[in-house]
Amino acid sequence: MSIVAVAVSPSWYLILSGVLFSIGVLGLLVRRNPLVMFMCVELMLNAVNLTFVTFAREFGHLGGQAAVLFVLTVAAAEVVVGLAILVSVLRLRPGATADDISSLKG
Amino acid sequence: METAVFIVAAIITVLSAFGVILAKNPVHSVLMLMATLFAIAVLFVAQDAHFLAAVQIIVYAGAIVVLFLFVVMLLGVDLAENLRVEPIGGQRPLAIGATVATAVLTILLIIVAASDSSKPESGDLAGITQETGNTGVANLGRVIFTDYVWAFEIIAALLTIGVIGAVLLTRRAKQQEVEEEVVEKEGGQL
Repeated sequence: MSIVAVAVSPSWYLILSGVLFSIGVLGLLVRRNPLVMFMCVELMLNAVNLTFVTFAREFGHLGGQAAVLFVLTVAAAEVVVGLAILVSVLRLRPGATADDISSLKG
Repeated sequence: METAVFIVAAIITVLSAFGVILAKNPVHSVLMLMATLFAIAVLFVAQDAHFLAAVQIIVYAGAIVVLFLFVVMLLGVDLAENLRVEPIGGQRPLAIGATVATAVLTILLIIVAASDSSKPESGDLAGITQETGNTGVANLGRVIFTDYVWAFEIIAALLTIGVIGAVLLTRRAKQQEVEEEVVEKEGGQL
Protein backbone atom coordinates (compact mmCIF):
# COMPACT_ATOMS: atom_id res chain seq x y z
CA MET A 1 0.00 0.00 0.00
CA SER A 2 1.51 3.27 -1.03
CA ILE A 3 1.21 6.44 0.97
CA VAL A 4 -0.95 7.94 -1.79
CA ALA A 5 -3.77 5.59 -0.77
CA VAL A 6 -3.98 7.15 2.69
CA ALA A 7 -6.70 9.78 2.95
CA VAL A 8 -5.68 13.30 3.89
CA SER A 9 -6.98 14.29 7.30
CA PRO A 10 -7.46 17.93 8.35
CA SER A 11 -4.64 17.62 10.87
CA TRP A 12 -2.16 17.27 8.00
CA TYR A 13 -3.16 20.71 6.79
CA LEU A 14 -2.95 22.07 10.33
CA ILE A 15 0.54 20.65 10.81
CA LEU A 16 1.68 22.12 7.49
CA SER A 17 0.22 25.45 8.53
CA GLY A 18 2.02 25.28 11.87
CA VAL A 19 5.31 24.56 10.14
CA LEU A 20 4.74 27.44 7.72
CA PHE A 21 3.92 29.82 10.58
CA SER A 22 7.07 28.77 12.43
CA ILE A 23 9.19 29.42 9.36
CA GLY A 24 7.65 32.88 9.18
CA VAL A 25 8.38 33.60 12.85
CA LEU A 26 11.93 32.32 12.45
CA GLY A 27 12.56 34.58 9.48
CA LEU A 28 11.08 37.57 11.27
CA LEU A 29 13.35 37.00 14.28
CA VAL A 30 16.55 36.19 12.39
CA ARG A 31 16.58 38.44 9.34
CA ARG A 32 17.40 42.14 9.54
CA ASN A 33 16.37 43.31 6.10
CA PRO A 34 12.98 45.02 6.60
CA LEU A 35 11.71 43.81 3.20
CA VAL A 36 12.39 40.17 4.03
CA MET A 37 10.77 40.69 7.42
CA PHE A 38 7.62 41.86 5.65
CA MET A 39 7.67 38.74 3.50
CA CYS A 40 7.86 36.63 6.64
CA VAL A 41 4.73 38.38 7.94
CA GLU A 42 3.04 37.39 4.68
CA LEU A 43 4.11 33.79 5.27
CA MET A 44 2.52 33.82 8.71
CA LEU A 45 -0.71 35.32 7.37
CA ASN A 46 -0.85 32.62 4.71
CA ALA A 47 -0.36 29.91 7.31
CA VAL A 48 -3.35 31.28 9.20
CA ASN A 49 -5.38 31.43 5.99
CA LEU A 50 -4.68 27.77 5.40
CA THR A 51 -5.96 26.99 8.89
CA PHE A 52 -9.13 29.00 8.24
CA VAL A 53 -9.85 27.12 5.02
CA THR A 54 -9.17 23.77 6.66
CA PHE A 55 -11.61 24.45 9.48
CA ALA A 56 -14.16 25.90 7.05
CA ARG A 57 -14.24 22.57 5.27
CA GLU A 58 -14.08 20.53 8.45
CA PHE A 59 -17.08 22.26 10.01
CA GLY A 60 -18.91 22.83 6.73
CA HIS A 61 -19.16 26.52 7.64
CA LEU A 62 -18.34 29.19 5.09
CA GLY A 63 -17.44 31.74 7.77
CA GLY A 64 -13.85 30.50 7.62
CA GLN A 65 -13.60 31.25 3.93
CA ALA A 66 -15.12 34.70 4.45
CA ALA A 67 -12.48 35.34 7.14
CA VAL A 68 -9.75 34.41 4.67
CA LEU A 69 -11.05 37.04 2.27
CA PHE A 70 -10.89 39.68 5.01
CA VAL A 71 -7.40 38.59 6.07
CA LEU A 72 -6.29 38.90 2.45
CA THR A 73 -7.61 42.45 2.27
CA VAL A 74 -6.02 43.48 5.55
CA ALA A 75 -2.75 41.95 4.38
CA ALA A 76 -2.90 43.99 1.20
CA ALA A 77 -3.52 47.21 3.14
CA GLU A 78 -0.76 46.34 5.60
CA VAL A 79 1.75 45.75 2.81
CA VAL A 80 0.85 49.00 1.09
CA VAL A 81 1.29 51.10 4.24
CA GLY A 82 4.34 49.15 5.42
CA LEU A 83 6.18 49.47 2.14
CA ALA A 84 5.31 53.18 2.00
CA ILE A 85 6.90 53.67 5.43
CA LEU A 86 9.89 51.62 4.31
CA VAL A 87 10.37 53.66 1.15
CA SER A 88 10.21 56.95 3.00
CA VAL A 89 12.64 55.72 5.70
CA LEU A 90 15.14 54.23 3.26
CA ARG A 91 15.02 57.38 1.16
CA LEU A 92 16.56 59.24 4.09
CA ARG A 93 18.96 56.48 5.15
CA PRO A 94 19.88 54.14 2.30
CA GLY A 95 20.79 50.62 3.33
CA ALA A 96 19.19 50.83 6.76
CA THR A 97 18.39 47.58 8.50
CA ALA A 98 15.75 47.01 11.13
CA ASP A 99 18.27 47.80 13.87
CA ASP A 100 19.10 51.21 12.45
CA ILE A 101 15.49 52.32 12.72
CA SER A 102 14.94 51.14 16.27
CA SER A 103 14.09 54.58 17.64
CA LEU A 104 10.96 56.46 16.73
CA LYS A 105 12.57 59.87 16.97
CA GLY A 106 13.20 61.62 13.70
CA MET B 1 -5.60 11.86 -5.44
CA GLU B 2 -5.91 14.55 -2.79
CA THR B 3 -3.07 12.92 -0.90
CA ALA B 4 -0.71 13.19 -3.85
CA VAL B 5 -1.69 16.81 -4.42
CA PHE B 6 -1.24 17.58 -0.74
CA ILE B 7 2.21 15.99 -0.53
CA VAL B 8 3.56 17.74 -3.61
CA ALA B 9 2.10 21.13 -2.64
CA ALA B 10 3.25 20.77 0.97
CA ILE B 11 6.82 20.01 -0.08
CA ILE B 12 6.85 23.01 -2.44
CA THR B 13 5.37 25.22 0.29
CA VAL B 14 7.89 24.32 2.97
CA LEU B 15 10.93 24.38 0.68
CA SER B 16 10.08 27.72 -0.87
CA ALA B 17 9.20 29.17 2.55
CA PHE B 18 12.70 28.23 3.67
CA GLY B 19 13.92 29.81 0.46
CA VAL B 20 12.24 33.08 1.46
CA ILE B 21 14.11 33.31 4.74
CA LEU B 22 17.42 31.89 3.51
CA ALA B 23 17.91 33.73 0.22
CA LYS B 24 20.57 36.42 0.38
CA ASN B 25 19.18 38.44 -2.50
CA PRO B 26 15.77 40.05 -1.73
CA VAL B 27 14.63 39.40 -5.33
CA HIS B 28 15.11 35.66 -4.78
CA SER B 29 13.11 35.96 -1.57
CA VAL B 30 10.25 37.58 -3.47
CA LEU B 31 10.25 34.85 -6.13
CA MET B 32 10.30 32.16 -3.46
CA LEU B 33 7.39 33.89 -1.74
CA MET B 34 5.49 33.70 -5.01
CA ALA B 35 6.15 29.95 -5.23
CA THR B 36 4.86 29.53 -1.67
CA LEU B 37 1.69 31.46 -2.49
CA PHE B 38 1.03 29.36 -5.59
CA ALA B 39 1.45 26.15 -3.61
CA ILE B 40 -0.97 27.43 -0.98
CA ALA B 41 -3.44 28.29 -3.74
CA VAL B 42 -3.18 24.66 -4.87
CA LEU B 43 -3.95 23.57 -1.30
CA PHE B 44 -7.00 25.90 -1.32
CA VAL B 45 -8.25 24.17 -4.50
CA ALA B 46 -7.69 20.79 -2.87
CA GLN B 47 -10.00 21.94 -0.08
CA ASP B 48 -12.78 23.14 -2.41
CA ALA B 49 -12.04 26.83 -1.85
CA HIS B 50 -11.83 27.63 -5.55
CA PHE B 51 -12.73 31.29 -5.29
CA LEU B 52 -10.14 31.88 -2.58
CA ALA B 53 -7.49 30.17 -4.71
CA ALA B 54 -8.25 32.56 -7.55
CA VAL B 55 -8.20 35.55 -5.21
CA GLN B 56 -4.97 34.31 -3.66
CA ILE B 57 -3.25 34.28 -7.05
CA ILE B 58 -4.76 37.56 -8.25
CA VAL B 59 -4.26 39.58 -5.06
CA TYR B 60 -1.07 38.04 -3.68
CA ALA B 61 0.86 36.96 -6.75
CA GLY B 62 -0.60 39.66 -8.94
CA ALA B 63 -0.54 42.66 -6.65
CA ILE B 64 1.37 42.17 -3.41
CA VAL B 65 4.36 40.32 -4.84
CA VAL B 66 4.63 42.81 -7.70
CA LEU B 67 4.55 45.61 -5.12
CA PHE B 68 7.38 43.91 -3.23
CA LEU B 69 9.36 43.58 -6.45
CA PHE B 70 8.77 47.26 -7.24
CA VAL B 71 10.10 48.32 -3.84
CA VAL B 72 13.09 45.98 -4.07
CA MET B 73 13.99 47.43 -7.45
CA LEU B 74 13.31 50.97 -6.27
CA LEU B 75 15.57 50.69 -3.24
CA GLY B 76 18.25 48.77 -5.11
CA VAL B 77 18.81 45.05 -4.88
CA ASP B 78 22.18 45.45 -3.19
CA LEU B 79 20.72 45.63 0.29
CA ALA B 80 23.56 43.45 1.44
CA GLU B 81 22.82 42.03 4.84
CA ASN B 82 25.73 41.15 7.06
CA LEU B 83 24.59 38.13 9.03
CA ARG B 84 27.72 38.28 11.18
CA VAL B 85 26.42 41.40 12.87
CA GLU B 86 24.37 40.37 15.85
CA PRO B 87 22.86 43.38 17.60
CA ILE B 88 21.48 41.42 20.54
CA GLY B 89 23.92 38.83 21.80
CA GLY B 90 22.79 35.24 21.31
CA GLN B 91 19.51 36.30 19.76
CA ARG B 92 19.68 34.07 16.69
CA PRO B 93 20.37 30.73 18.39
CA LEU B 94 17.76 31.60 20.98
CA ALA B 95 15.21 32.47 18.27
CA ILE B 96 15.90 29.25 16.35
CA GLY B 97 15.65 27.14 19.48
CA ALA B 98 12.44 28.75 20.71
CA THR B 99 10.77 28.57 17.30
CA VAL B 100 11.65 24.92 16.73
CA ALA B 101 10.52 24.00 20.24
CA THR B 102 7.19 25.82 19.79
CA ALA B 103 6.64 24.23 16.39
CA VAL B 104 7.27 20.73 17.69
CA LEU B 105 4.96 21.36 20.64
CA THR B 106 2.21 22.67 18.32
CA ILE B 107 2.49 19.68 15.99
CA LEU B 108 2.32 17.28 18.93
CA LEU B 109 -0.76 19.09 20.26
CA ILE B 110 -2.47 18.85 16.86
CA ILE B 111 -1.71 15.13 16.63
CA VAL B 112 -3.00 14.49 20.16
CA ALA B 113 -6.13 16.60 19.60
CA ALA B 114 -6.86 14.87 16.27
CA SER B 115 -6.45 11.38 17.68
CA ASP B 116 -8.83 11.56 20.64
CA SER B 117 -11.75 13.74 19.52
CA SER B 118 -14.63 12.58 17.39
CA LYS B 119 -15.87 14.82 14.64
CA PRO B 120 -17.52 17.91 16.18
CA GLU B 121 -20.98 19.02 15.29
CA SER B 122 -21.27 21.09 12.17
CA GLY B 123 -22.40 24.67 12.28
CA ASP B 124 -25.69 26.10 11.08
CA LEU B 125 -24.45 26.73 7.60
CA ALA B 126 -23.57 23.10 6.98
CA GLY B 127 -26.92 22.64 5.29
CA ILE B 128 -26.20 25.30 2.71
CA THR B 129 -23.05 23.70 1.41
CA GLN B 130 -24.54 20.24 1.34
CA GLU B 131 -27.87 21.20 -0.25
CA THR B 132 -26.37 22.82 -3.27
CA GLY B 133 -23.59 20.27 -3.42
CA ASN B 134 -20.76 22.75 -3.55
CA THR B 135 -18.98 25.37 -1.49
CA GLY B 136 -19.08 27.62 -4.49
CA VAL B 137 -18.76 31.30 -5.07
CA ALA B 138 -22.50 31.91 -4.82
CA ASN B 139 -22.69 30.66 -1.25
CA LEU B 140 -19.53 32.48 -0.24
CA GLY B 141 -20.93 35.67 -1.71
CA ARG B 142 -24.21 35.18 0.14
CA VAL B 143 -22.38 34.72 3.44
CA ILE B 144 -20.18 37.77 2.90
CA PHE B 145 -23.06 40.05 1.93
CA THR B 146 -25.42 38.90 4.67
CA ASP B 147 -23.63 37.71 7.81
CA TYR B 148 -20.42 39.65 7.31
CA VAL B 149 -21.70 42.73 5.54
CA TRP B 150 -20.44 45.13 8.23
CA ALA B 151 -16.99 43.59 8.15
CA PHE B 152 -17.11 44.01 4.40
CA GLU B 153 -17.95 47.71 4.69
CA ILE B 154 -15.21 48.27 7.25
CA ILE B 155 -12.73 46.54 4.95
CA ALA B 156 -13.67 49.00 2.21
CA ALA B 157 -12.97 51.91 4.57
CA LEU B 158 -9.67 50.31 5.60
CA LEU B 159 -8.52 50.03 2.00
CA THR B 160 -9.33 53.69 1.38
CA ILE B 161 -7.40 54.70 4.49
CA GLY B 162 -4.49 52.51 3.37
CA VAL B 163 -4.31 54.14 -0.05
CA ILE B 164 -4.46 57.65 1.41
CA GLY B 165 -1.82 56.75 3.99
CA ALA B 166 0.52 55.35 1.35
CA VAL B 167 0.18 58.45 -0.79
CA LEU B 168 0.80 60.76 2.17
CA LEU B 169 3.81 58.78 3.39
CA THR B 170 5.65 58.60 0.10
CA ARG B 171 4.87 62.12 -1.11
CA ARG B 172 7.96 64.25 -1.46
CA ALA B 173 7.36 67.64 0.15
CA LYS B 174 8.11 70.51 -2.19
CA GLN B 175 10.99 72.75 -1.20
CA GLN B 176 8.73 75.74 -0.61
CA GLU B 177 6.46 73.77 1.74
CA VAL B 178 9.45 72.54 3.73
CA GLU B 179 10.63 76.11 4.26
CA GLU B 180 7.14 77.16 5.31
CA GLU B 181 7.00 74.29 7.82
CA VAL B 182 10.36 75.30 9.24
CA VAL B 183 9.18 78.87 9.58
CA GLU B 184 5.99 77.69 11.30
CA LYS B 185 7.94 75.52 13.74
CA GLU B 186 10.32 78.32 14.59
CA GLY B 187 7.38 80.66 15.04
CA GLY B 188 5.80 78.17 17.43
CA GLN B 189 8.97 77.89 19.47
CA LEU B 190 9.26 81.63 19.81
